Amino acid sequence: MGLFSRHFSRTSQSITARWWWTVDRAMLAFIFVLYIIGAFMIATASPSVAIRIGAYEYLFLIKHFIVLLPSIIVMLVISLFDVDTLRRASMIAFVGCIVLLIYTLFFGLEVKGAKRWIDLPFFSLQPSEFAKPAFIVVTAWLMARYKENSQFKGHYYAWGLFLFLIALLLLQPDLGMTFVVTVSFFSVMFLAGLPFRYVFILAGLGVTAFVLIYMSFSHVQSRVDRFLNPESGDTYQIEKSLDAFKNGGITGTGPGQGEVKLRIPDAHADFIFSVAAEEFGLFFIITLIGIYGYIFVRGFNRIMDSDNLFIILSVGGLLTMFALQALVHMGSALHIVPTKGMTLPLISYGGSSLLSMSMVMGMILALTRKQRKRGISKGGLTIREIGGEKL
Amino acid sequence: MSLFQRKKLHMVGVRSGALEQARGRIVMMSAVFVVCYLIVVARSVDVMVIQGVMMNKGEEVSLYEEYRPEEKQKRRADIVDRNGVLLARSLEVSSLHADPKMVLDPAKLAQDLKYIFPDLVYGDVLKKLQGKNRFVWIKRNLTPQEQEAILQLGSPALNFKFEDHRVYPHGELGGHVLGYSGIDGQGLSGVEASFNELLHNAQEPLALTIDVRIQHVLRREIAAQMQKHHAKGGAGVIMDVRDGSVLAAVSLPDFNPLDYQTAQDNAKFNRVSLGVYELGSTFKIFSTAALLEKTGGNMHQTFDVRESLKRGRFRISDYHGQKRVLTLPEVFMHSSNIGSALMGEEVGTEGLKSFYNDLGLLDQSKIEIGEVGKPIVPSPWRDLHTLTASYGHGVAVSPLQLSSAVASIVNGGNYVQPTLILNKKSLGDDNKRSMPDQKLRLISPEVSHRMRQLLRLTVTEGTGGKADVPGYLVGGKTGTAEKPGVGGYNKKSLISSFVGVFPSNDPHYVVYVMVDEPQGIKETYGYATGGWVAAPAVKNIIASMASILKIPPVEGEPRIEESLLRYVKTKEQIKEEKKLATY
Repeated sequence: MGLFSRHFSRTSQSITARWWWTVDRAMLAFIFVLYIIGAFMIATASPSVAIRIGAYEYLFLIKHFIVLLPSIIVMLVISLFDVDTLRRASMIAFVGCIVLLIYTLFFGLEVKGAKRWIDLPFFSLQPSEFAKPAFIVVTAWLMARYKENSQFKGHYYAWGLFLFLIALLLLQPDLGMTFVVTVSFFSVMFLAGLPFRYVFILAGLGVTAFVLIYMSFSHVQSRVDRFLNPESGDTYQIEKSLDAFKNGGITGTGPGQGEVKLRIPDAHADFIFSVAAEEFGLFFIITLIGIYGYIFVRGFNRIMDSDNLFIILSVGGLLTMFALQALVHMGSALHIVPTKGMTLPLISYGGSSLLSMSMVMGMILALTRKQRKRGISKGGLTIREIGGEKL
Repeated sequence: MSLFQRKKLHMVGVRSGALEQARGRIVMMSAVFVVCYLIVVARSVDVMVIQGVMMNKGEEVSLYEEYRPEEKQKRRADIVDRNGVLLARSLEVSSLHADPKMVLDPAKLAQDLKYIFPDLVYGDVLKKLQGKNRFVWIKRNLTPQEQEAILQLGSPALNFKFEDHRVYPHGELGGHVLGYSGIDGQGLSGVEASFNELLHNAQEPLALTIDVRIQHVLRREIAAQMQKHHAKGGAGVIMDVRDGSVLAAVSLPDFNPLDYQTAQDNAKFNRVSLGVYELGSTFKIFSTAALLEKTGGNMHQTFDVRESLKRGRFRISDYHGQKRVLTLPEVFMHSSNIGSALMGEEVGTEGLKSFYNDLGLLDQSKIEIGEVGKPIVPSPWRDLHTLTASYGHGVAVSPLQLSSAVASIVNGGNYVQPTLILNKKSLGDDNKRSMPDQKLRLISPEVSHRMRQLLRLTVTEGTGGKADVPGYLVGGKTGTAEKPGVGGYNKKSLISSFVGVFPSNDPHYVVYVMVDEPQGIKETYGYATGGWVAAPAVKNIIASMASILKIPPVEGEPRIEESLLRYVKTKEQIKEEKKLATY
């Protein structure tokens, strides 16, 4: 039957065949749809940005493709991992990222007042992007261990790591990343059974923290002020973004025909959703929101069947991260939340962001693969050893 | 199953409790996210459909329009010449002011300003910037380069105030016609003043009959003669005889309308239409035409000019004395005051006065500017004034008036009114001057033809020889008037002029040049008369006009004055006669 049957037939025991029959193929398909939409959007949105900064017209498009292909490969390779390999790899990656984050604080590339990047020969690396998913997996493992064996004080470790990571991120400073990490961390804690009274207390603390951050960082203050009272100051970006939505209307201006996009700063990254709205119109935008919604609902749905708490917690955290980033990006463009420079997962330009999001999707795919049932019943009581070890 | 194993089973039970709880919370989190995503969808519909499509109708602006100010600022309209060449335009210029309260670092800002405007004094600027006022002027009338430099500074304290400035690209050229406008954009003289309202409201440029090229030629030639003869002033008019449109009007010395505040009164004085002068022999055109028209005088009519004319205590004598009996053409071509006075006497006081009045010589010119001089007319007009008025003394008119009167004589006999406005239909009713609805005939075509012949004769045989341009049949008349001084006329200070028409078989243009107080020089054998001072200028002007306006020379150069020659005695004939008389 040739190559295909050898590697993908249902009864084949090869890694690829097992992967193909256990992986969430629908989610995989939609991830590829997002990659394709992303390539299209970068092609239409980035030339004007490139010309504006005096660079070669297709510079961003070419750089996007240079990152896109490795990203797809990385995603597929990670999705082949089994749960234990993934967990161990994440732990090693987390330690590596922490080292790089500390390195960044001292030797990082400073752009617009923030030290977030490590300058490498062909691109700049943003370690926090990779620390984020690794941290979620580590937290999920710590909490799962704790839930299975309360003698293992995993939650203390989790809180400790969380505070340490947040401190590193705030020193850069990178408030967007801090926000995403915080919300994802709390979603893991929430799924792990954080009592509701703590949820409310933490929500209160969150608001307090927000107010403190608001008062101590002037750029956050001005952004919030502009959100609450658009007349107060320079709302150029958001005005242009809303103009793009209005100009697009129901049917859009057509690919490449957008006018407002020419004047939105970062049209290829933080405001790519606005470009999509202007050029492709309302139906496309709703479809795009639908794809993001489908991916996370499907992911959540998939772990409902799982009886592995580690999988539930890590996939829950990763999906939260994915869905939240898309939500903040779209919300900023539509002026529902204060403008926050955040990329649209899998679509926006940005090497580290694309690669890291591909890893996240690869991890979700790996974790949501159908696990071989080893117990006597589905859910409920199972006889197996603690910590996911084989019997 | 050992005890140890039981414990493990218990652990699994706890774990599955955690699983159930986690599943419940997954549902809650999914629900929260779904709601959030639905809000995004709703907001998209709100922005893209409700605000974008339904509320945005009819407000579409292009990319380029968006940056334009809401309302297009209304500027004073341009003034252009007959060919559309720009003569006056209002430009927006910016002036820089500052709000000291907004200055972040006064010392640095003062330094930057000093760098951009080297003529500012650092200390003064710093003092202004540290002051308590909320408004201080830094610099008026910035260049665009300076404006850009200020914008590059990006200081929130600096602001521009935009004002309109009237500029005159041709400087002095045509300054008296255009006039000037004040700092608040109000026209103060010339066309700027008389069409102030129109220029203020109109969007279209106001087109004048002036042709800057011709204007330049006229100014150049008059200025050259003034310099050559150390004259104190000059004036000139070039007019289309068919419709009275003024192609050029020059008054020298002149001024740049931009510097009207510092210009000398002498330079600002308009000698073309405001100044009135006794213009001398050029008036003989009118008295001769009056004679031909009113008394049916003919070419063989003679006038005895051997003795000076005594009327009361006045004595009229000739400048170019011929001391013999002259025919009418001879009186004209030799410019005999006695002969002209006799003509005037024959026409009569009433006849001459009404004829001059018809020509528009006794009233203010109706040209469209405010600087129009009132002619000085003897009052009461005695019979003696009829005699002097016949050769251009006792009546003072502006050069413009004289030019339009000559135009009326040579164009076939129809009255023309001088005008500066090219397309009068474009003006509103308020700005329309009283224009004659139909042609107003002053003299018959035959008399007009005779006058053309006489003018041509003066150039070919008489005092105007220096004005001739081969091929263009220049006709004309000299005028040399003594200026009235203390206790009578001053023989030394003259108004020397020449009025030329061409081509004299069918005249199109009148060219008038007047020089105020020219001095005789070696080259002209000490003469400073119209024939020596003004006629050469007219010759140069006509030669230049011919090439600028692409007027072809008259084919075959017909001798239109030929029929008059038999009434004119040649020098040989005069010699012969004198010889006979001695016998």
